[in-house]
Amino acid sequence: MHKAEKIWLTLSFGMIIGFMLITGYQAFAKDMGPPSYGERIDPQNVDETAPFDNPGVKQIGENEYEVIMTLQIFSFTPNKIEVPAGSTVHFTMTSKDVTHGFQVADTNINAMVMPGYISKITQTFDEPGEYLVLCNEYCGSGHQLMGTTITVK
Amino acid sequence: MEAIKKEYWKDKANKALGISPEDARITKSYLIVAFAAILVGGLLGLLQGMNRAGILELPVWLNYYKVLTAHGLLLVVVLSAFFTIGYFYAGLSHSLGGLLPKVRKMAWIGFWMKIFGFVLAVIPILQGDASVMYTFYPPMAAAPMFYIGLVFIVLGVWMLAFGAFINVANWRKNHKGQHIPISFFAMGVFVLLFFGSLPVAIEVLYIIPWAFGWIETINVMVSRTLFWAFGHTLVNIWYMTAISAWYVFVPKIIDGRRWSDLLTRIVVIALVIMNITGGFHHQIIDPGISESVKYMHVFMSLAIGFPSLMTAYAMFAVFEKTARKKGGRGLVGWYKKLPWGDVRFLAPFIAMAAFIPAGAGGIVQSTNQLNQVAHNTMWVVGHFHLTLGMTVVMTFFGVSYWLVPYVSGRVLTKEINKLGVIQTIVWTIGMVLMSGAMHWVGLLGSPRRTSYSTYFDNATALSWDPYLFFLAIGGTLLMIGVLLQVYAVFHMMFLAPKGETEFPVADVEEDATPTPMWTERWGLWIVLMIGLVSMAYVIPLVDFIVNAPPGSPPFKTW
Repeated sequence: MHKAEKIWLTLSFGMIIGFMLITGYQAFAKDMGPPSYGERIDPQNVDETAPFDNPGVKQIGENEYEVIMTLQIFSFTPNKIEVPAGSTVHFTMTSKDVTHGFQVADTNINAMVMPGYISKITQTFDEPGEYLVLCNEYCGSGHQLMGTTITVK
Repeated sequence: MEAIKKEYWKDKANKALGISPEDARITKSYLIVAFAAILVGGLLGLLQGMNRAGILELPVWLNYYKVLTAHGLLLVVVLSAFFTIGYFYAGLSHSLGGLLPKVRKMAWIGFWMKIFGFVLAVIPILQGDASVMYTFYPPMAAAPMFYIGLVFIVLGVWMLAFGAFINVANWRKNHKGQHIPISFFAMGVFVLLFFGSLPVAIEVLYIIPWAFGWIETINVMVSRTLFWAFGHTLVNIWYMTAISAWYVFVPKIIDGRRWSDLLTRIVVIALVIMNITGGFHHQIIDPGISESVKYMHVFMSLAIGFPSLMTAYAMFAVFEKTARKKGGRGLVGWYKKLPWGDVRFLAPFIAMAAFIPAGAGGIVQSTNQLNQVAHNTMWVVGHFHLTLGMTVVMTFFGVSYWLVPYVSGRVLTKEINKLGVIQTIVWTIGMVLMSGAMHWVGLLGSPRRTSYSTYFDNATALSWDPYLFFLAIGGTLLMIGVLLQVYAVFHMMFLAPKGETEFPVADVEEDATPTPMWTERWGLWIVLMIGLVSMAYVIPLVDFIVNAPPGSPPFKTW
């Protein structure tokens, strides 16, 4: 093997390992890992199961809100959410039918919402504005209409 | 030494005789299906691009999601599989002194099984009973016929895989101690095709009784995981097919020598062992999987980057060495000595260059936090149009300019070469515009697999429109590219002047060290692969099964 190739491969290997270390540091030390909540639920009895028997926005602290949300073709319950600027919002979600995606444009909120599983994701909304919420996993003929907004005032 | 000499003479004999008509017919049939698929699939792609740009409203009977399902299936499964098989079978026929009669029969049985499977799968798609995309995530349920079609496709692929194994094993028995570059890649690809399609075969066999209603519910997470163990392996199989052409044929086309056979084989072995586990990064933002399992999978996905970086070095080293031998000078000035006007070099070269941003984008999106930004947005669509649409497909195009005349007993004319160069340029501009816009608008939040939508005139969604317009421009250029390419293939297959076209396998360097025999220990590589797959999948799959939530009934939501 040529010396230049050894250097190249060492750099390549170092680059991949460096990438892994930064990713690991961010995920585990900085708590920036992807949404990975593990709790299960009966997908055919979502409406009868707490907390989804009472979906909505609840204030749980100063500037802190919990959103209990169900996703179903082709809507979000609740929709048209409003929170004050600076709020930290904890989303707890599940699907009542097929696999959906929960994405909020201009934020890092992006989570799969699957039948049988509860997804959790948290975001602090500092900037006021109207945020577009959309389903980003193909879920049927009305998939392109599955959107709503979060208004931060 | 004696063996090498004998090999050399057999090679000469092969070249003089060309491919046998029976073997040529197999490859011709596979290539015709592949290019028919790109013609139809490309047209469907154009319709989507137009719709997504907001300038074409599709009629109800030709709904966006139906078109998208067919586009995906035709290009990701039909085009790639048929090209790969036709290409490797020509390679096996050439380098192993013809296909065995038994293997030829298997190739035909596999061919018709796949065609039959595609017809079965396409009927419900056209009827609107299977708008489930090529990923068909349960609990969306297509008509059972769709899944039965998929079973036949997988069985057909296995037939071809075993045909290749039988032919290679037979050759090895009679040629102890010898090495053939293209059949090594073929082994790698067919081993992966077999093991990679096992999980999806299990998934589909488990979906069928559920789709018929014989069992009430399905485990959504298990089926999704089995799908991606296959889905990502599949795209890497096409990538490995493309690099086989870079390592084996491109050096010959530029009058150079092959890269070290040992290092080439290490790349193949690494890709075979590490590939299947890469699929899990499609599930990084899924619920129900712990962060530590996801982190392990990020590592397993990124490991595939290493053989790719080895390849990057190898390719440019071959180019530089060849160009310098021809009198090229300067730090980078040697590039002038490369045959830029030869489509057989130009197309695969641009394909390689495209893999630099494509591979980097892949590393980005398979990494935990960054995946969360890009997942299921248009970024991902931009990514696989750069990888599959440029790196893989442009290599296939470049290969077609010698493979098609080789099997049809004709030659590549100057005019078709020129047409090919124009096609390559049109395709490059189209893909760069389209996939560039897709990457960008994806970062802004525009979702994939969604027909045109303003989300009730939302300002954010409306701000994506200028980017999405490039999908129509790129799509139009790509459709022109498809037409040029299909015409070129048609010409080389049926109209070009008769003559001998060489099967351009490059030689190794004169001072090359012999390839060590341990590289041929396929049993060991397969055991290592299974070991790694088990490491990756046993823990999450057992968790999904043992701690399964109540299952889901089938839904038809379109």
